Amino acid sequence: MELDPVFLSRIQFVWVIALHILLPAFTMGLACFIALLETAHLVTKSPVYLRLSQFWLRIFAVSFGLGVVSGIVMPFQIGTNWSRYSDAAANIIAPLLAYEGLTAFFLEAAFLGVLLFGRKLVPPVVHCGAAILVAVGTFFSSFWILAVNSWMQTPAGYTQTEGRFFPADWTAAIFNPSFPYRLTHTVTAFFLTTGFVVIGVACYHLRKGQFVAESRKMLSMTLWLVTVLAPLQVFLGDQHGLNTLQYQPIKVAAMEGNWHRQAGAPLLLFAWPDQAAAENRYEIGIPGLASLVLRHDMNGEIPGLTEVPPEDRPPVAVVFWAFRIMVGAGLGMLGLVAVGLWLRARRTLFTTAWFQRLCLWASPIGFVAVLAGWTVTETGRQPWVIYGLLRTRDAVSPSLTGFDVALSLAIYVVVYLFVFGFGLILLLRLMRTIPIEHDGPAPEASAILGGQRPLAAGMPTEADAP
Amino acid sequence: MSTWFTLIWIAIIGVGIFLYVVLDGFDLGVGILSRFAPSKADRELMIASVSPFWDGNETWLILGAVGLMAAFPMAFAIIVPALYFPILAMLVGLMFRGVAFEFRSVPGAHVGLWDIAFCGGSVLAAFSQGVMLGMFVEGFTVTGRAFTGSSFDWVAPFPLLSGAALIFGYALLGAGWLVMKTEGKLQTWARRMGRLALAVVLVFIAVVTLVMLVHQPQVFGRWLRFPNVLFLWPVPLGTALAAFWAWRSLGGSGDAQPFLATVALFGTAFLGLAISLWPMIVPTSVDLWTAAASPSSQAFLLVGTVILLPVILAYSAWSYWVFRGKVRADSGYGH
Repeated sequence: MELDPVFLSRIQFVWVIALHILLPAFTMGLACFIALLETAHLVTKSPVYLRLSQFWLRIFAVSFGLGVVSGIVMPFQIGTNWSRYSDAAANIIAPLLAYEGLTAFFLEAAFLGVLLFGRKLVPPVVHCGAAILVAVGTFFSSFWILAVNSWMQTPAGYTQTEGRFFPADWTAAIFNPSFPYRLTHTVTAFFLTTGFVVIGVACYHLRKGQFVAESRKMLSMTLWLVTVLAPLQVFLGDQHGLNTLQYQPIKVAAMEGNWHRQAGAPLLLFAWPDQAAAENRYEIGIPGLASLVLRHDMNGEIPGLTEVPPEDRPPVAVVFWAFRIMVGAGLGMLGLVAVGLWLRARRTLFTTAWFQRLCLWASPIGFVAVLAGWTVTETGRQPWVIYGLLRTRDAVSPSLTGFDVALSLAIYVVVYLFVFGFGLILLLRLMRTIPIEHDGPAPEASAILGGQRPLAAGMPTEADAP
Repeated sequence: MSTWFTLIWIAIIGVGIFLYVVLDGFDLGVGILSRFAPSKADRELMIASVSPFWDGNETWLILGAVGLMAAFPMAFAIIVPALYFPILAMLVGLMFRGVAFEFRSVPGAHVGLWDIAFCGGSVLAAFSQGVMLGMFVEGFTVTGRAFTGSSFDWVAPFPLLSGAALIFGYALLGAGWLVMKTEGKLQTWARRMGRLALAVVLVFIAVVTLVMLVHQPQVFGRWLRFPNVLFLWPVPLGTALAAFWAWRSLGGSGDAQPFLATVALFGTAFLGLAISLWPMIVPTSVDLWTAAASPSSQAFLLVGTVILLPVILAYSAWSYWVFRGKVRADSGYGH
């Protein structure tokens, strides 16, 4: 078999970005949660907030470190494997990437050091400020990187000369048609991701009967957050879908598994899209529902994949199923939120064991949704790297042989499995382990001291509180 | 106007790369030396001395890469694929050393394993950056707007030699940092390590200089022909003085001097390379002006850089100031 540098480079990009995106998806919300906890502690002086902040800070440090080292890989991927793309698009995308570094990375890095190691070295208000600035940095970061991604999906504000793209209008390029929708949809997805992890961890400790006051606090806080965000996300997702229908109709056709333009299109619950035959097998659908969702009219017209030649169609089955996984995860979140509200109304939120077990198992649900959603939008864009303008196969570095990329891919796979594997083990350990109490346990926790596991030296402790 | 943009941008990228080399250089250097720490407690101190800074230091690498892409996109599109495997090795090295900071301090982690990852990652990152430097100096095979050499061009004596050199160069920076941040026996040890690294580095500098003068006629012409020699002589003299200062101060005087002297040595060597290669941004075929981005791209980023870079330097300096003075055994999480 001939090794194809384009295909292997794509697999390599999928591998390094899919693992990387898990970290920002988690740390963005967590940075905000920590900033909120630090602020709450500064204002109320309640030790519960401090213990929670110290607990999550350790987890944040490990995941942020993983995010940094896997993030540095990304701009280099654009150069090593996709040099034709970078030569073509750099005049537009590179300044935006540079602004991400200037506004976000330095800010995060400088104040993360103070946040992690400086509690005793700076006044409390400065330490709290550092927490807030780290959180602000994560917002700046997602703003710029999603501006770049959106420009590749819905290019605007450019001129094209000899196959290369030059800026014509920076405002139009940054605030391109899909950007506001992608930004709000993604940021909300990231907050939901963190939210369900925090809820899961709280439920783990509640089930163990340890870290009780803290766990109740974080469960309650976070459940309110996702109760607002999960329904909001349905609305934002709908809006993003309508935007995609306008600017990338073929992507929507792939999401719906719709081969021929039709009015009153069914919403397919199950189908096996057959790319070669340009039709679905084993179709089960609800008549008219896709039209209702996308056109807000039962008889609205939905575009079909056959409107473009076969070489311009994305791999339909991947987009179709990833979309169903994302929507399924979203519905699952809505269900959990509804149950949570009902239990809260009955005042049994903290004592319902089956709900806690459910939340524990649901804690990775946000990651599933993020990866599936990202697959929908990026695979649905194929075969274009810059939508409608530059094909993915024309973007790869000309000097690369199939062997080069096979070798680098193998190395990335082994290294990431090792690093992320250990990272996951250590993160789960940190999530299960509660900080040891020097100055006597919190009142709620005193009854269950047997369940506490003491930690090695170097962990944040009550005695370290300023 | 676009001429000025291009000149300002090469200056910004030059300063950015130099800051990266010095800043990540010292923490990678501490990583390289960590394997030989006199005791476990000393190793903890060494790692604690760089823990709050490594992330910020590494950010200069990102700025260098995306700054190059933004201001000289053609150079980025040629150089980065040409450095395919050295970049891969650097990223793997940086990954292991970066996660080791956090992983090793998780309760129950295999500290020994992550200490090896910390040192090994630092060595690999330093070596691969040196290889890149060697390849850059030797030049790339270019056709049109693309690199057309092989991904294995790095397997050659000069890049490998320069890779080995940078391991010692970073170890020297790390030793200088440790002299500044530690005291007592550990400091004495760092002084000894610093002199050892300096001796090796000076040999490498001499070899690289000779190789370049002999093998690259334009380098010979630039430095040794009349009238250039009249105003370029301070550069080699400065290198010699910095080397002498570093050697003397490592021997005993002043805690901050060895680090400053090493930075000065790196500065003069960096300047020397820049003078040798000017105005080529992809040696030996593409110059600054050919590779420059559109004036609109350069201007758009320059506005923000002029405003943000001083702010970044200010708060980064503040974060260094927060952790000023000697590193102590009780520094670490939550302390």
